[in-house]
Amino acid sequence: MTKLSALDKQVLNRVQKDFPLTVHPFEVMAEAMGVSEAQVMDSIRKMKTAGIIRRIGGIFDTPKMGYHSTLCACKVPQDRIDAVAALINMEKGVTHNYLRDNDVFNLWFTLSAPSKPELKAILSELQQKTGLVINSMPATKVFKIKVFFEVGE
Amino acid sequence: MNNTNDEIDKHIIAFIQGDIPIESRPYNGLADELGISEDEVQARILKMMSKGLLRRLGAVLRHQKAGFDSNAMVAWGVEEEDADEKGEFMAGYDEVSHCYLRETPPDFGYNLFTMIHARSEKELQEIISRISSEAGLSRYTIIKSLKEFKKTSMTYY
Repeated sequence: MTKLSALDKQVLNRVQKDFPLTVHPFEVMAEAMGVSEAQVMDSIRKMKTAGIIRRIGGIFDTPKMGYHSTLCACKVPQDRIDAVAALINMEKGVTHNYLRDNDVFNLWFTLSAPSKPELKAILSELQQKTGLVINSMPATKVFKIKVFFEVGE
Repeated sequence: MNNTNDEIDKHIIAFIQGDIPIESRPYNGLADELGISEDEVQARILKMMSKGLLRRLGAVLRHQKAGFDSNAMVAWGVEEEDADEKGEFMAGYDEVSHCYLRETPPDFGYNLFTMIHARSEKELQEIISRISSEAGLSRYTIIKSLKEFKKTSMTYY
């Protein structure tokens, strides 16, 4: 893991919570931290290069955007895992796809689509393409979505 | 909203769903392209926030690289009538980042899904045991990821 300075950690905690909505967001962050805009920008660039920050941008509410999502799971024969995963990844609405350690299902992915019928259509298309049963496990209740990780000593 | 507004909002969504450039004035190029001011871009983003479409602007981490390198999806078996209580209870843990009740196939047997993050394997096992005993749920399965095939953010436009 890349060594983070005290400033990096401060920047990281701040930029996760709230990237200020202003014309000069890095300057506003810098002022609040008592450092220069260049220091903040350099720190963020460093953490992006190191792969710690995946991106800085908007985090949308998928259901409020009118999208329907589901967690899908299937049992894929060991020798077909890579090929099946690649087929599934081609679908734009698939945002996460993992091989997982579970006896019942080993491939798990999330799928979102602009409507329920489209979600269903994509699922049946994927089933056809892969020749596998894909189990859809839609959320019936959301208790928590947290995206902030406190980085400390 | 008229159609022109919709198109401009779509462009703004397409811009912020990706990676905002690390530049002193990150919205400057977008505003020029759309023929509006940076203030107008901000006003529209703010409106999306107030409508709840946009939860926030911020950094998304690769938590493994930020020191949280032991993670697991843990699925718990709860009775339908206890689901709300148990779900709320689990949501209270800092280590639990996501908690959902899901409709699952009968042969799977677990319905309350959590994502749990820790700084070490030992810490992960400890927190799972602690949640199990404090929540009073002994039936669960730890589903670790073995390989990441895809991890991106949703693209809407």
